[in-house]
Amino acid sequence: MSTHHAPTLDPSGFYVTGEHHTENGTLLGFWLYLMSDCLIFAVLFATYGVLNGSYAGGPDQKMLFDLPLIAVNTAALLLSSITYGFAMLEAHRGRKGAVIAWLVITALFGATFVGIELTEFHHMIGEGAGPWRSAFLSSFFALVATHGLHVSFGILWMIVLMVQTSKSGLTEQMTRRLSCLSLFWHFLDIIWIGVFTFVYLMGVLK
Amino acid sequence: MSTAHHETELEPHVHSHDHGHGHGGEAHGSLKGYMIGFVLSIILTAIPFWIVMGGVMTSNQTAAVVVLAFALVQIVVHVIYFLHMNSSSEGGWNMLAMIFTAVLVLITIVGSFWVMYHMNHLMMPQMHEMSASDAHDMP
Repeated sequence: MSTHHAPTLDPSGFYVTGEHHTENGTLLGFWLYLMSDCLIFAVLFATYGVLNGSYAGGPDQKMLFDLPLIAVNTAALLLSSITYGFAMLEAHRGRKGAVIAWLVITALFGATFVGIELTEFHHMIGEGAGPWRSAFLSSFFALVATHGLHVSFGILWMIVLMVQTSKSGLTEQMTRRLSCLSLFWHFLDIIWIGVFTFVYLMGVLK
Repeated sequence: MSTAHHETELEPHVHSHDHGHGHGGEAHGSLKGYMIGFVLSIILTAIPFWIVMGGVMTSNQTAAVVVLAFALVQIVVHVIYFLHMNSSSEGGWNMLAMIFTAVLVLITIVGSFWVMYHMNHLMMPQMHEMSASDAHDMP
């Protein structure tokens, strides 16, 4: 791409200063939002890290965590990441039906993840290990449920995009929206790497 | 971008997708990139689970360090292959924002552990020769 644009009426020429410029800055702006979201998780991770030994006589990680279940959950989220990737590839290829199909599969994997997590929470609370039991459990629920809430809203967003895509087709705006959700979804998978490692695996190792 | 791009967006693309940087300003990946990322992250997830669930390592501390190292590598893999991060995406601002955030995250987490570890250490009853009844009142 040349840096010297001929004096045309193309308004985008106004912004071109380097070889690459952003499209309305939407994706950069969304990226900045994700980075600030990352800080929320950093604070929750730090809180959990500080409080994860404060059991107040209650159950500890080894008694509560069911690693095979977490492995299934991790697999579901990882699979949903690659299927969203396939949806994006189809979006760039302009195949509307395929995009919606992959989004449905992704949302189902996401729903599986949330479902398993809710089952786990239900089980823990049934055993009397709710967030009120100890500082460890308060920080555990705050961190893991914040992530789960993000995934739930991601699924909601995905459903909205499925409807919009089926109605308006893969316009430039739709591709941009899909790209934003792509960043959001892969970002949540990255947070989950931190959760399953730091909370579950290292918790059982303690 | 311009309306010319808008129109090409509507029809199926004929050109290849290996050029990395799309017309939309976002670097979008290729099938190969996604598959590499996926296979790597399966491996990088399976090994830590195997280490912990199989009780492979005798020292829990070593196991924790290894598991944490795998997580850090996997995060990098995800950022490169799924978020398509490189130093030139969004004119370098993506990378800059991420590095800045990583520094803040590091300060927050390491700082918290550091301060709280020392506080717990200093508040341990035997350090100050507290009586047993005083120690009882400690949280």
